[in-house]
Amino acid sequence: MELEEISRRVRYNTLYMITKAGSGHPGGSLSAIDIMVTLYFKVMRYKVEDPFWEDRDRFVLSKGHACPALYAIFYELGIIKREELDTLRKPGSRLQGHPDIKRLPWAEFSSGSLGQGLSFGVGVALSGKIDRKDYYTFVMLGDGESQEGQVWEAAMSARKFKLDHLIGITDRNRLQIDGGTESIMPIDPIADKWRAFGWNVIEIDGHNFSEITGAIEKAKENSESPTMIIAHTVKGKGVSFMENVVDFHGKAPTAQEWEKAKVELGGDYNE
Amino acid sequence: MSKLAMRDVYGEVLIELGKIYPNLVVVDADVSKSTKTIGFAKTFPDRFFDVGIAEANLMGISAGIASTGKIVFTSTFSVFASGRAYDQVRQSIAYPGRNVKIVSTHCGLTAGEDGAMHQSFEDMALMRSIPNMRVIAPCDGVEVKSVLKNIAEIPGPFYVRLARPATPVIFEESYEFKLGRGTVIKEGKEGVIIACGLMTAIALEASDLLSKEGINIGVVSMSSIKPVDTELIKNLSEQYKFIFSCEDHSIIGGLGGAIAEVLPPTNAKLVRLGMEDEFGDTGKFEELLRFYRLDAESIAEKIKSAVKK
Repeated sequence: MELEEISRRVRYNTLYMITKAGSGHPGGSLSAIDIMVTLYFKVMRYKVEDPFWEDRDRFVLSKGHACPALYAIFYELGIIKREELDTLRKPGSRLQGHPDIKRLPWAEFSSGSLGQGLSFGVGVALSGKIDRKDYYTFVMLGDGESQEGQVWEAAMSARKFKLDHLIGITDRNRLQIDGGTESIMPIDPIADKWRAFGWNVIEIDGHNFSEITGAIEKAKENSESPTMIIAHTVKGKGVSFMENVVDFHGKAPTAQEWEKAKVELGGDYNE
Repeated sequence: MSKLAMRDVYGEVLIELGKIYPNLVVVDADVSKSTKTIGFAKTFPDRFFDVGIAEANLMGISAGIASTGKIVFTSTFSVFASGRAYDQVRQSIAYPGRNVKIVSTHCGLTAGEDGAMHQSFEDMALMRSIPNMRVIAPCDGVEVKSVLKNIAEIPGPFYVRLARPATPVIFEESYEFKLGRGTVIKEGKEGVIIACGLMTAIALEASDLLSKEGINIGVVSMSSIKPVDTELIKNLSEQYKFIFSCEDHSIIGGLGGAIAEVLPPTNAKLVRLGMEDEFGDTGKFEELLRFYRLDAESIAEKIKSAVKK
C-alpha cells in the first residue's frame, strides 16, 4: 500500500477514535501522521510480534497527546483490534488518554508530561552506543513542547554524547492550545536554536513523503552529532475545516463534523 | 562505636556492583565527588555519565538507559532528586516501572550549612506517594551495602536516601536488609522508638540515656519506609503503650506518616519526632540536631515527658 493511502486510513481512524471518545487531540495528531506513517511503514526496523526486540529502531512520541495517531498505526499493524478502536480514553482500555507502555509496550514511552521524551531518547541512544548497537532512536516533539526547558537539557546532552543515532523530529505546526506558538512563547528561530546546540538540522515539508524519507536518509549519513528534522506541518492536516484551527488542538469533532471529515478522508476504513 | 559515611560506602559498593553486573550504568548530575559516584566513574568510565546540572534530564536519560535492559543507579542530592525532578521521576521512571535506582545523598539536616535550600524534609513524602516507587532510608553504612546489593537484584524503581556525614555503625557485617521488614534492635518496656536513617543511631543513644533514668525504651530500625513493615508495627502497637517515630524528615508524610497510616486502632499512642512543618536553618549537622531538638538528649527529654504524663 502507498504511504498516502496508509496515511488516509490512519487519519480516518484517528478521528474515528477521538469522535467516539468525545475528547482527545485531533489537530496535533493529524499534523504528525505523515511523518509517523513514513517511519512505521518505510523507515523503521522492528518486529510487531516482539516489542522488546533489542535491536529495534525506537519511535518515542514525546508529544503524547497525539497518541490516537499512534494507536491508528498500531491498528494498521495488527497490534490493536478493530473493537479496541472504540475504547480510546475508556477505563481499562489499552488505549489510554496518553500512552501507557505497561499496557502497550509498542508505544516505547509513556508520554504526556511534555518535554520528557527527548531525555528518554538520549538515554536509549546512549545505551545503544555503549553496546555498539546500530538501532536508531526517533523522537517526535511538538513545536510548543520545545518551550519546555528539559528539551534543551536533553539537546545539550545529546551533543555531548555524540548521539548520531538519535533523530529528533519537531512537528512544526505553529499552533498550541492558547494560540500561535509565536504569540504565546516564540520558539523561532527554532532551526538556529538546534544548530547552536550542536545539532545537525534539516528542514522539510512534513507532509511530503519523499522529503521525510530523504531527511532521514541524510540524518543517517551524519556522524558525531544528533539530527533535528524541523518538519513544517499543518495542524489538522487532511480535514479542511480543522486545518490551522487552534480550537481543534484538544476538541473532539461533533457527530456532524465527523460525517463531513469522513467524506473528505474518502469513506470508511473500518466499518 | 565505629563510624562510616553512607555515601562513602555507596561509592565503594557501586564499584563492586559494577564488577558483578556488566549492564550496570551510573548517571550523576555534576555532584559525583559529593555523592561518591566518582569512584565508579574512574573504574568504569564507559558506563558512567555526567549530565551536568540538569536533574530533569538526569531522570529522563536514566529511564531511557533502563529501557534497554540496564540497571541504572542515578545520583544527586536528595532535595533535587525528589523535588527538582519530581515530575520526571513520576512520569519517566515510576509510571512505566523503569529499573532506575535513585540513590540520593545529603538527605535532611545532613545538608547542614547549605541551609533550607539544600535540606530535604519532604523527599520521602514525595517519593512514597508515587505508585511503583519503593523508599529506603538505611540507618548505617553496613545496611547501605546490603540495601544496594538487594535493590540491584530487584527490578523496578527505588528511592534511597543517604546521609552526608560519618554515622555510627549499628549492624554487624552479617546483617541482611529485607525490603518491607523492620529490625528490632533493642526491646523496651514503656515505649519504643521506630527510627530510620541516621536517626536510628541517635534513637539508640536516647534510649541509653533514658535507661540510666530507669525508663526502658525499645528501638526499631524501619529503613524500609515503603513498603513499611505493617506487621511489625501492628505487633509493636500491641506490645507498647507509646510509639515514637524518629526521622530527619518532616513529620508529615515520611516515616511518621507511614506508621500513622498502618497503625491499627489500639491503645498505643504515636508521637512523631522529626522536623515540624517548617523549612530548615543553616548550621553544622550536630548544631542543627540540637537546634531542632532532635539530638539524643532532646529526644530523651521528649520521650520522658510523654511517658511520665
